[in-house]
Order: sequence, then structure tokens, then C-alpha cells
Amino acid sequence: MIVLQVIVSGLLLGAVYALFSSGLTLIWGMMNVVNFAHGDFVMLAMYIAFFCWTGLHAGPALSVPLAAGGLFLLGVIVYFGLIKGVMRGPMLAQIISTFGLALLLRYSAFWAFSANFVTLPGDLVGGTIIVGSLRIPASRLVAGLVALLLTLGMHLMLTRTMLGSRMLAVAEDRQAAMLVGIRPDPMQALAWGLGAASTGIAGALIALFYYISPTVGESLVLIAFVVVCLGGFGSVPGALVAGLLIGVIESLSAYWVGAVYQDAVVYALFLAVLWIRPQGLMGTL
Amino acid sequence: MLKLSRRSLGRMALAVPMVAPVFSIGRALAAPTVKIGAIFPLSGNAGSAGQGLQRALGVAIDIVNNAHPDLKALPLGPTAGLPGLDGAKVEVTFADHQGNPAVSQSDALRLITQDKVIAMTGCYQSSCTLTASAVAERYGIPFVAGESSAPNLTERGFKWFFRTTPIGTNFGEAYGNFLAGLAKTGHPVSSVAIVNENTDYGSSTGDAIAAGLKKYNLNLALRIPYNANATDLSSEVLQLKKANPDTVIFVSYTSDSILYIKTMQTLGYKPPVVIGDDSGFSDPAFVKAVGNLAQGAVNRSSFGAGKEGSTSWVVNQMYEKAAGHALDDTSARGMNGFLVLCDAIDRAGSTEPAKIQAALRATDLSADQIMIGYNGVKFGPDGQNQLASTLLVQLRDTSWDVVWPESKATAALVLPFKG
Repeated sequence: MIVLQVIVSGLLLGAVYALFSSGLTLIWGMMNVVNFAHGDFVMLAMYIAFFCWTGLHAGPALSVPLAAGGLFLLGVIVYFGLIKGVMRGPMLAQIISTFGLALLLRYSAFWAFSANFVTLPGDLVGGTIIVGSLRIPASRLVAGLVALLLTLGMHLMLTRTMLGSRMLAVAEDRQAAMLVGIRPDPMQALAWGLGAASTGIAGALIALFYYISPTVGESLVLIAFVVVCLGGFGSVPGALVAGLLIGVIESLSAYWVGAVYQDAVVYALFLAVLWIRPQGLMGTL
Repeated sequence: MLKLSRRSLGRMALAVPMVAPVFSIGRALAAPTVKIGAIFPLSGNAGSAGQGLQRALGVAIDIVNNAHPDLKALPLGPTAGLPGLDGAKVEVTFADHQGNPAVSQSDALRLITQDKVIAMTGCYQSSCTLTASAVAERYGIPFVAGESSAPNLTERGFKWFFRTTPIGTNFGEAYGNFLAGLAKTGHPVSSVAIVNENTDYGSSTGDAIAAGLKKYNLNLALRIPYNANATDLSSEVLQLKKANPDTVIFVSYTSDSILYIKTMQTLGYKPPVVIGDDSGFSDPAFVKAVGNLAQGAVNRSSFGAGKEGSTSWVVNQMYEKAAGHALDDTSARGMNGFLVLCDAIDRAGSTEPAKIQAALRATDLSADQIMIGYNGVKFGPDGQNQLASTLLVQLRDTSWDVVWPESKATAALVLPFKG
């Protein structure tokens, strides 16, 4: 029975990875810009959730929309203030600029919130659900369900709406999109805004069961890159599948092989998959 | 599609250590100042512990540089500055290693060659102390570690390295002795699990604890090494749940300690005895974040504020004024290490590293002359303080009460772990 619990824990962890990576997929897939500040966006959203609780005694019902709105705004500001200009520069400038943004956000957080670790009360979303010998934390279940809904929503938006088609057109060929009358700037700003907003939702939900500190994004961001890469660049459902897969593999390998070897197992499998399918599980070449 | 070349990734990796800030506190007066370097994790995952240590050193600088008649028991308490150096003030240059041993190494090099510090202290994480003290050894600069407890640090045959804190072997002995005592009072301690993070601190302390358990004929049922930066610890907790030991000893830093307690709660796992090996459990952030889920946890500590008016009580008041919370064990150990170093510089009456080294070797402080609960400070040939000792404390509400050894206990031990 314990193995079943390990798998369930892995799936719940994987859903968090997927949730965390969804915004990155959108920005990476749409803009071909690697957002190194992604983890720090999540960190900011976690602090929004924390201050919603300490200041207003409000749970995720308020903090999730607030974090989504706040981060949407931040995404748009970052696009117009930083990315738009840097996109014209060399590739290295693009990489270092979001890296610089990440450090700016992280060290500003150290200054503003101190290095202390804080947490939200564990029972903001209904404690733990017990099914037989299985224990499922409600907060993680909610995060998992939101990950599914968010993935579905984003996928439908990109593939079924005019807005999505326009965004994809800009991603495909900026010049050609302009020729057919699509203004690329609003589309790309929207991609950054939506990507950041979904990161906001992820952060506010992850804050329910994780610790919050200025460096928390740093420990989560690497796995987000792996998830996006494994799922296929720009493929939103791919990120979901990859997130779940990595979560389960991590949990099972930590349980069977040992916690110190879990990363080795995950990355070995990751490289093996990329060797067979360089475009990722659900990406296209 | 964005492609990252190997070179661009390499450049990014190089950019990381460059952001480590360096800044000074202390008083730079016209009178000669004594420059000491202090390297701590002021940011990064252990940032809260590092900042606590920085505040503690701030209080220690105040104690050394200004006259405090109420601290007459401390060698440099009642006087202003270092009397042995005509009242010279100490000035500390802080550097941030972010929890990265490579950054710690380059920080040490910079402090010695550019800032010209005459002695050093630090670095919290043993892995970072390991690299920084190796640089100090090469340059012949005295290094006093106040809080890094991996036993191997003083097993390297270094001539310039001194350590005031108790170490893994002391803790192993203490836990073994404590648990063997518990067994006699009817508490089951037939199996013990050690869960240790896998850097220098966790691994070597885990080894020392395993040796301590063996000495007292206690059964080590399970040992789980793990990565302190892990994003999820469910599998580790489930491994514990399956093995079901009577006692679990966590050798963990702050973020992972918090994550363990939260995960144990969600997975409904409560071993009868939970022991935290200082670091993470002693971070004030731990009690603030998960104190309500960790009631009854046992922890090791060397600091207790003690009776009103005592040296430790006065120091605790000063720290509380500066930090807004009581002095924690880690910060107290760091502060003590720094004060011992300042005392040696004062006795050396010189800023020459060799004379300070000789004074450190001659250090002989009694329990009354320090602000922490050791039996005193006297270094062995390996640089380890032979009078270092440890207490065990238990979490009740938001404070840690001394429960072991009985001679120093201020409260009775209450088991099992409540969670």
C-alpha cells in the first residue's frame, strides 16, 4: 500500500511541476525567450498569497486572482520594459537580461521580506483527505486540479480561438503575421502577461503547502525547464504529461533507489528520452 | 528556437558568484582598527541563519568596541575596544557565500588579499567552512569557526584553524547517552533512524551519530541521506513510515526541516521521539513556520538565556533589541566564536597573524567567561575546543526548554512527540 501512496504523492508532485511550468511553456514556446526569472515570478506570487493571509486573513479565493492579476501586469511591464528592447540584441543579451531580472527580483525580495522562511497555515484548504490508507492533502489536490484546468484552458485558447491563432501566428513568423495585419507587440505582451498570470496562479497555490522564502524559485526553476523540455517546447499538454511523469519517477526512485539518487535517475531518463525524441514527448520538430 | 551554446551557459555560471555583496559594519575611527573577515550565507537557502549570525556579530562588535559594565564576566565586556591594542576597535567585513563552497573560497581569498583582514570567522555550512579555511591556512591567517560542526574540519592537521563549537562526535555521544537513558525509563528506543542531508555537515554528523548509537548498543534501523535542496520529501517520509522506527534524528538545514515537518503532518506520520540536530530546527524561522506542528520535538542547543542579570541573559536582551527575537543557538555559537577570536587578538597585543595564532592556542576561558553553556574554551592540538558541550532542549509552544542532562534541565521531558 505504501507504494500506492508513493505513486499518488508522485502524481500530486508532478501536477505541481506541471502547474509551475505552464507559464514557462507559453513564454518559451511563443517568444523563443528563456525566462530565467520564472522561478522568481512564482516566488512573488507566493508572497502575494502570504500577505493576503497575514494582512486580510484571505485564502486562495482572493490570493489566486490577485496573484494572477498582479503577475499579468508584471509580465506585460517586463515585456515592454525589458524584453521588447532586448529581443533586438544578441542572443546572449536575451539570456542574461532575464537572468538579471531573476537576481533583481530575488535580492529585492531579500531586502523587502528578509531571508526568513514563512508558511501559510496548513489547513487553509480543508486539511487531508483520507481514502483507505491513502492520504491526499486537499491543498495539493486543488493544485493538481487547477493544473489540469489551466492546461486545458490554455490549450483550448491557443488552438480554438482567434486570439490563440494570432498569438501562434506571431510566434511562427513575426514578419508574416504583420503582413496579414496582426500587430505583434500586443500579442507578445499578452503571451508574457498570460504566462506570468498562470505562474501567479501556480505560486499562490503552491504557497498553500510549501515554504515561502526569497530563494524558493531557485529550487523549483530547474525542474520547470526540464518539464518544458521533456514535454516539448511550447506544447502545453506536453508540460502536463512531462510534469506528472517526472513527479512519479522522482518519488518512486527516491523510495526504491534512495533520495540522493533520485535526480540522477530523473536526468538519465530525461536524456534518454531526448536522445530518442529530441523534440520532447509532445513537441514537433 | 532558442539555443543555448555551451559557452553561453558557462558564462552564466560565471555570472552567479559575481553578485555576492561585500559590506562592512563596525566603527572605522582614526584610531587603528582591527579588521576581521566574516563569511556567512547572507542569502541563499540558509539566508535566515546567516543573517541571524550577522546580527549576532553586530551585537558582539558592540560588546567589544563599547564599554558594558553589566558584562564584566566577559574578557572584553567592561572595556571599550581592545585594551591590549591601546583600545583599538574591531571592524568586521562581511561576505556572502550564498551557501556555495566555491563562492566561500573566493570570498576568503578576497578578504585576505584585498581587504587585508588579519583573522576570519564563519561560515555556518561546514562545506563552506571547509573551503574558506583552506585558503586561510594557505595564507597563514587564523580562522575561528563558531558554528560549523562537521567533525572532519578539525581532522585535517591545520595549524591556523580553531573551532569553539561542539562537533558531531559530541552530539553522537549526547544522543546515544540520552536515548540509552530513555530506554531505562521504559520508553521504547529499540530502533533509531537517521535522516541526514548529504553535504559535509549532514554526512559527517550522521556518521558520528551512528557511531554514538553503536557505542550505547542502540539499533540503527534506517539511514536516509537526502539532498537538502529537494523540492519534495514525501518518499523519504514514506520510507520512515514503512520502517516505523521509535526515534528519528534529523540532520537538516532550515528549508528541509520545515518541509519534513509539513510532509510528516500531511502523511500522518508521528514517530514517538523526534530529534532535530540543531541547524534547521534552531533557526527561529523554523518555530515561526511549523512550530505548531513540531510540539515536543527534541533539539540540541548550547544556549539558554538563563537567570536575569546573568551574562547570557544580558547578551540575549541586547540581541533581542537588535533582532526582534531571542538569541538562537546557532547565532549564539557564532557570537561566542567571534568573541573568543577577539579575546585572543587582545591577548596577542598585536595584529600579526602568528601572534594571534599563539594566543588562540593559549586560550583558556572558564564557563563563566563565555556567553554560552559550554564548560569553557580550551583548544586541543587539532584546534578543537575540548570543553565544548551540548544540551538537549524540547519545543513547548514557541520556546525551547532544557530537558537534558538532568543537572541542567529547566523542564521535564514530555513524550511522545505531539506533532
